[in-house]
Amino acid sequence: MHKIWLITKREYLSRVTKKSFIVMTILGPVLIALFYGVIIGLAVNQKTGEKTRTIAVVDKSGLFKNHLENPSKVEFVYTENDTTTLGLDIFGWMVIPKDFTLDNPKEIVFKSTESATLDLQSKLTNAVASSGKNQKLMQKGVRQSFLDSLKMEVQMKTLEISETGDLVNSQAELNFGLGAAFAFIIYFFIFLYGVQVMRGVMEEKTNRIVEIIISSVKPFQLMMGKILGIAMVGLTQFLIWIALSGILTGVISIFFASQMGGLSGDVEQAGNQMQAMNPILEAFFNLNFSFYITIFVFYFLFGYLLYSAMFAAIGSAVDSEADTQQFMLPVTLPLVISFATSFSILASDPHGSMATFMSIFPLTSPIIMMVRLPFDPPGWELAVSMLTLVLTFILFTWLAGRIYKVGILMMGKKPTYKQLFKWMLMK
Amino acid sequence: MNLLEINEVSKFYQTHKALDHVSLSVPEGSIYGLLGPNGAGKTSLIRIINQITAPDTGSITFDNEPLNAEHIYKIGYLPEERGLYKKQKVWEQMIYFGQLKGLSLAEAKKRSEEWLIKFDLKEWKNKKVEELSKGMQQKVQFIITVLHKPKLLILDEPFTGFDPINAEIIKNEIKSLKAQGTTILYSTHRMESVEEICDHICLINKSKKILDGSVKEIKKQNSKNLFELVFEGKVPTWVEKISEEPTDEGHTKLVFKVENMNRAEIIKRLANEVNIWSFREIVPTIHQIFIDKVQEVNHA
Repeated sequence: MHKIWLITKREYLSRVTKKSFIVMTILGPVLIALFYGVIIGLAVNQKTGEKTRTIAVVDKSGLFKNHLENPSKVEFVYTENDTTTLGLDIFGWMVIPKDFTLDNPKEIVFKSTESATLDLQSKLTNAVASSGKNQKLMQKGVRQSFLDSLKMEVQMKTLEISETGDLVNSQAELNFGLGAAFAFIIYFFIFLYGVQVMRGVMEEKTNRIVEIIISSVKPFQLMMGKILGIAMVGLTQFLIWIALSGILTGVISIFFASQMGGLSGDVEQAGNQMQAMNPILEAFFNLNFSFYITIFVFYFLFGYLLYSAMFAAIGSAVDSEADTQQFMLPVTLPLVISFATSFSILASDPHGSMATFMSIFPLTSPIIMMVRLPFDPPGWELAVSMLTLVLTFILFTWLAGRIYKVGILMMGKKPTYKQLFKWMLMK
Repeated sequence: MNLLEINEVSKFYQTHKALDHVSLSVPEGSIYGLLGPNGAGKTSLIRIINQITAPDTGSITFDNEPLNAEHIYKIGYLPEERGLYKKQKVWEQMIYFGQLKGLSLAEAKKRSEEWLIKFDLKEWKNKKVEELSKGMQQKVQFIITVLHKPKLLILDEPFTGFDPINAEIIKNEIKSLKAQGTTILYSTHRMESVEEICDHICLINKSKKILDGSVKEIKKQNSKNLFELVFEGKVPTWVEKISEEPTDEGHTKLVFKVENMNRAEIIKRLANEVNIWSFREIVPTIHQIFIDKVQEVNHA
C-alpha cells in the first residue's frame, strides 16, 4: 500500500507541477468565462444596442393621429405626406389610406430606404391594431382607465407530481442542463485522463524505466499507482475549474447586470429579468446537492477507473501511439455511443427501456445514469447500476493488470487480440 | 557460503523454452559472471531472481531462505535496457527509487547526496534527466541501483553505452562494492572485462547451463596443453608440433602440444636440448572457451 502511495504521489506531483497543467488549469476557466461573457455580451448588446427608430405616420384616415402607442425602440411622429422629414432622421413612412375604417381596415403601406425587419413590421401593425381595438371599445363606452388596467403580465410556475404524490417544483430546463453537463464532464474526463494513463504507461515502457520499477514493486501496484495519481490530477483540475469558473462567471454576470441597468436606465426591466430567472434559481437551490455531488463523484471516479484500467492495458501492449488505434476503438466505442445518445435520451424519454439498460450497463452507465439522475430514476436501478460498475471495475482491473504485467516487458511486435487474451491467462 | 542458489529452474514461454533445468550457485562476496550469447536465457534468469516473473519449475534460495518478496529490498538491478524519467529532476528521481527499494525519505536523501558528490554530479542535482549527457545519465542509473546497499547487485551489460573513462569509474566502483562485501551477478555477452572482474562464471547457451566454476579452474580445465617456445636449435622430437616459424631475430618460434607433463618437466627437458629464449604456456582466454563451447553445443 505504501508503494502504491509513493507511485501515486510521484504521478500526481510530476503532473500538477508541469507548466502545461498550470496553464490549462488557469486558462480553462478563463476560456469558459470568456465564452460565457461573449454570449451574455451579445445578448445584452442586442437589447441595449438596438437603436430607437423614428417612424413617420401619414394618417390619411384621421383615426390614429396621436393615438398610436410607441412600441419598444420605435417612436411615432405624424406627418402630412410621405416625404416630409420634420428635420428628423426618419426610418420610414407608414401610410394609412383614407378609406381605412375600424370595421374595414384596408392595406397599410410602409415605405423606407432600408427594408423593414419582420419584427418591426409586426410592431407597427400591432400598434395600429391595438389602437383600433381600443377605439372600438371606447365607442362601446369603455373608459380609458379600464383599458389601461387590462394590461397584465402573467408568470407561470410548473409543478411536478412526484411518486409520493407531493408537488415539487418542475425543473425541466435545469434537469436538461444538469444532465448534459454531467454527461459532458464525465465523457471529457474519462477521455482526457484515460489517454494520459495510456501515454504514461507507454512512456515507461518505451523509456525502459519499467523494468527497474517492477524489480521493486509489483506491476499491479505500478498500474494502480499511476491510475490513482492521474485520477487525483483530474479531480484537482476539475475542482479548480469549478471554483475559478464560478468566481469568474459570477463577476461577469454582475458586471453585465449593472451595465444593463445603468445603460437603459430601465431598472424595472432589469428587475423583471431577474424575476424571470427566479424560478430556475429557486429550482437550483431546491436540488439535493450533496446527493447529486456524491453520485456524480462516484460515477466520475469509477467510470474513470474502469476505463483507465483498459487504457493502461492498451498502453502496455503497444510500443507506439500509432499502434494504439486498433485497440482504442472497441474501448472508446461504448463511451462515444453513450455520449452521443445522451442528448436524445434527455430530449425524449429519460426512463425508457434503452435509457434504463444503458444506465445499468457498466461501460455506458457512468454517462447515462448521470444524465438520468436529475429526472429521479428509481432507487433500485441506481443501486444495481452502481454495484455493477464496481464489480466490473474490479474484474476489468484484474484482467487489465494481467495484460499489463506481460505487456510492459514485451517489446517489438504489436500483439493481436488473441495474444492479449493469452496474456490474461498466463502465469 | 552461497548467497544465491538456483536449483533446476525452468521457464517456458508460449513458443520456446527460456531456461532448461538451470542450476548454479553464487558464492557470497564474489563477482559472478553470467555469460552467454544473446537470447541464451540470461535475462529470463535475472527476471526470475528479481521476482519479475516466476519460474515454472525449480527453486531459488537467497541468503539461506526461499526467495520471497522481502528479498527485493536486498537486490539491486541494473537492466540491460534501462531508462529514467526524462522530465524529472535527478535528485527527485534518486529519492523516489530509493524509497521504492524501502529506504526512508531521510535516508534516501542522505545517500543520494553522498553519491552525487562521489560521482561529481552535485551541480546537476536539480536538473532534469534529459539535460544530462548520456554518460551522466548512466551514472545516475548506477546510483539508483546501489542506493539501498543491496546484498546482491545484478548488472546486465553494465558497460554498454559508457565511454572508456566512465566505464573505468563504474568498474572501480564495482570492485569497491565487492570489497565491502556486495555479491555481484554480472551478466554479459562480451568477454573483454570478464577475466579482469569475475571470480566465478557460468556459461548459458540455448537455455541450458553448459559450464560453471571459478575462472581459474575453468581455464585449467580447458587448457589444451599448448606451449610457445622461442629457441635456437633443432625442434625436439618428443613434442607434437603445431606450427613453426622464424622470428625477426633469426630464432625459431614453435607452438607445440605435450600431454601428461607439467611445465617444470618440460622446461627441464627442453633446456637440455635447445637454447631457450622464451617459453610460455598458451592459456585459453575465457573468450576462446566461450566461443569453443558455444560452437561445440551448436554443432552437437
